[in-house]
Amino acid sequence: MFKRVMTEIRNPIHIEFEGQTITVEKGETVAAALMLAGHGKFRESSVTREDRGPFCLMGVCFECLVEIDGTPNRQACMTLAEDGMKIRVQKAAFEETTR
Amino acid sequence: MKTHDVAIIGAGPAGMAAAIEATRNGLSTIILDENPAPGGQIYRSIETVPDQRAALLGPEYVSGRSLAADFRACSAEYVAAATVWNIDAGLQIHYSIAGKGSAQVTAGSLIIATGAIERPTPMPGWTLPGVTTAGALQVLLKAQGAINDDVVLVGSGPLLYLVADQMLKAGNAPKAIVETVPSGRLLKAARHLPKALKAFSYLRKGLSMMRRLSKAGVPVYGDTSSIVIEGTNKVEAVRFLSKGKQHRIETTGVGLHQGVIPNQQVTRLLGCEHHWNESQQCFVPALDDRFETSVEGVFVAGDGAGIGGAVSAALRGRLVAMRIAEKNGRDTWSEHRAIQAQLAQDATIRPFLETLYAPSPENMVPADDVMVCRCEEISAGQIRHAVDLGAPGPNQVKSYLRCGMGPCQGRMCGTTVATIIAEHRQKDIKEIDYYRIRPPLKPLALSELASIESEPTRHTPL
Amino acid sequence: MSTPSTADLVVIGSGIHGCSAALHAALRGLSVVVIEKDTAGRHASGVNAGGVRRLGRLLPEVPISDRSMKIWDKISNLVDDDCGFQKAPQIKVAETEDEMEAHRERVRVLNDMGFHHETILSQAELRDYLPAVSDHCIGGLASLEDGFALPYQTTFAFQRKAIKLGVRFYENTRAQKVQRDGKNWRVVTDRGTFSGTYLLNCAGAWAGNFAQQLGEYAPVEAIAPMMIVTARMPRFCNAVVGATGRPLSFKQMENGTVVIGGGLRGIASPETNVSQMLFGKLKQTADTAISIFPVMKTATIVRSWSGIEGRMPDDMPVIGRSSTEENVFHAFGFSAHGFQMGPGVGELMAELIATGETNAPIEPFNISRFTTKH
Repeated sequence: MFKRVMTEIRNPIHIEFEGQTITVEKGETVAAALMLAGHGKFRESSVTREDRGPFCLMGVCFECLVEIDGTPNRQACMTLAEDGMKIRVQKAAFEETTR
Repeated sequence: MKTHDVAIIGAGPAGMAAAIEATRNGLSTIILDENPAPGGQIYRSIETVPDQRAALLGPEYVSGRSLAADFRACSAEYVAAATVWNIDAGLQIHYSIAGKGSAQVTAGSLIIATGAIERPTPMPGWTLPGVTTAGALQVLLKAQGAINDDVVLVGSGPLLYLVADQMLKAGNAPKAIVETVPSGRLLKAARHLPKALKAFSYLRKGLSMMRRLSKAGVPVYGDTSSIVIEGTNKVEAVRFLSKGKQHRIETTGVGLHQGVIPNQQVTRLLGCEHHWNESQQCFVPALDDRFETSVEGVFVAGDGAGIGGAVSAALRGRLVAMRIAEKNGRDTWSEHRAIQAQLAQDATIRPFLETLYAPSPENMVPADDVMVCRCEEISAGQIRHAVDLGAPGPNQVKSYLRCGMGPCQGRMCGTTVATIIAEHRQKDIKEIDYYRIRPPLKPLALSELASIESEPTRHTPL
Repeated sequence: MSTPSTADLVVIGSGIHGCSAALHAALRGLSVVVIEKDTAGRHASGVNAGGVRRLGRLLPEVPISDRSMKIWDKISNLVDDDCGFQKAPQIKVAETEDEMEAHRERVRVLNDMGFHHETILSQAELRDYLPAVSDHCIGGLASLEDGFALPYQTTFAFQRKAIKLGVRFYENTRAQKVQRDGKNWRVVTDRGTFSGTYLLNCAGAWAGNFAQQLGEYAPVEAIAPMMIVTARMPRFCNAVVGATGRPLSFKQMENGTVVIGGGLRGIASPETNVSQMLFGKLKQTADTAISIFPVMKTATIVRSWSGIEGRMPDDMPVIGRSSTEENVFHAFGFSAHGFQMGPGVGELMAELIATGETNAPIEPFNISRFTTKH
């Protein structure tokens, strides 16, 4: 599991993920915050709806897409967590297809 | 009508060094970077990292502090959290800041300093939650002081050992290192060593890292292949062959790495010519000896010009800025010889590293059942089938299968699709080439496009 | 490769029109060779909006479009591929009463011509078909049995079936000169010479040069209509939508992505195969899309693109015999609305070439309409 080493939270803020409150360090990315809270699944893949989570953490892979405050397709690794943010798993947007 | 003499995309070592040099020569400079602070990937969080963590990350990392300080002090207009989404033929650059909208600048010359990305590492199970790149693990350590205490590192390249060493110093070594370098490769690479004795310090550092890991009891499996990441909804284990013997390690985390490759998105968007670098096994933009691309006024500095590392990136950044200054009538090019010499010195280790850590064949030409396009869930087999039907290259395969049409815009699959097609058609990869890259460079809100200025004449910062 | 090749028919261009004509000619027993300077469907045919549309066509095109639609309805029988074809209403949304009146007049004219595929939608009916349409839209013109398809898939499928029927394709082979060679026609390319009894010019934006070599005047303009596609969105639209008074083509694909076009143009460079986006203009497309479908406020653009299309000054294609040379034919200049016509035009061109005549009313598309004005 992901854990902090050599640091503790000094400027705590609170965000919500799927209704659950998480305490994070101000200035952390949403991705890091969720990973440190033990969450691995950030979204469903577009075609087969399998579980996906962050991969590159530098804005290249687009695996960490989550819905933040109602807006979908937000890259969690490129978004700084802000107090009161409500984050949800990004669902696949349509029925399964074979293509 | 240009708004700035020089526009730089990317505030990593190359971009920062270029900004310092350009402004030193009196060129009006704007530098756009998508992260909230400078440093790029290699010097991520360099301004805020506490000393204790910095010491763990090592002296090369710490050396980025002075570069960042000089960068902050220079007179370049620095726009952080700016996502460049289009550059047109006249070097008009559109960029967006989340929550604020889009703005435009027009550059006299453009320096692309967007660096490198991890080489895609397709293998069975690589999309399971819990699998990240080794670079991602380093991002977490640099930016958050966080590690994964249950992780197996898989692949090849100096970064693998660096990350392992940093994790060890942070108190939690990786469970194991599963290295794909085949037996006998060291001997083959050693042919390039005599020139590299000039860069002896690199080698010494590498060896002492390995010694520390060995002493800490981290098992290293060499000559591995047939790697499979197992799990239903997340990683549960990694299975592989090592020297002919089957192994299985239970784990909840995997860090993958097969080296880094130039980030081609911007150079491709601008229609620059590229060629395939056989030693680095990746596409690189075609550059003249002053790092100008085939498109006039467009330059590349840093790892985007070919993998060279942070020191080399900063040197190239300076050179490119000097070249542009010369084009703008300043007389600085006379200093370039000293910098070129340093560059050559820094590069002597490369042939050895590139030979030793060449990506595994399984990585470059994965088996049929391996998912290649993660966004649209397309397998290597589907790609080969499209080729069999008559699709000759990546763009036709893309149109036919949607491969490369997802949000990552081909960053994760482009190189693999090219190598698969080249192998399947038995053609030179230069002939196969790469996806055609179109704007926006990163997904853009439709509402933001609807509100841009149609005919801007000046740069209005957001 | 420079061995001469003989066939009954030499086609220049493997977009949808070249591939369709080649396929239909092969079905009639002709031997066919297709010369293509890039690869099949590389240009307009592979990158258009995919509208399979009879709706709103210029009146001379309606009979041919109607004929083509019958082929679309059975497309898998013809090319062994479904081409991603979906039956769907095509609807032109009206935003003013003037626009509604224009639509009513059009329906009257079409009915007089014997065509009944277009109908008027009241505001209530419009909302039935398009629940997400903006409140300010007051009705529309619809062709309920139209549809859309995947352009590259379709062109590629036509090519593959043509190959199965014996058509030989020479891609990456640039036709340079067309010359009479006794009774035959010779096409000189950068990789050899091909000759045939009949010659068909389907070279799209590049067709004007060949017409000129034949002593004909065809002022083809190379244009680059701009397109946008979004990330996947929850389903909200099952029709293909246009606006009446401003440029828009809008459809939500089966996979949830939304493809937006409308014909606003970027910059086309046919000599280099490069087409450039002009975002200052494209903003209008974005604005119109959001205006007609407010739900698009949260849409994300993943990609934009353009292609190189050939446009004629009167926005009507050139179809039919050469006006100067025997055994030479043309099918080009479809002015950003040729995709749907591809199956039908290919069929009638094969009929014309193989039998010497066709009952399809192609006189309005004659190339000489430009020469007389010249």
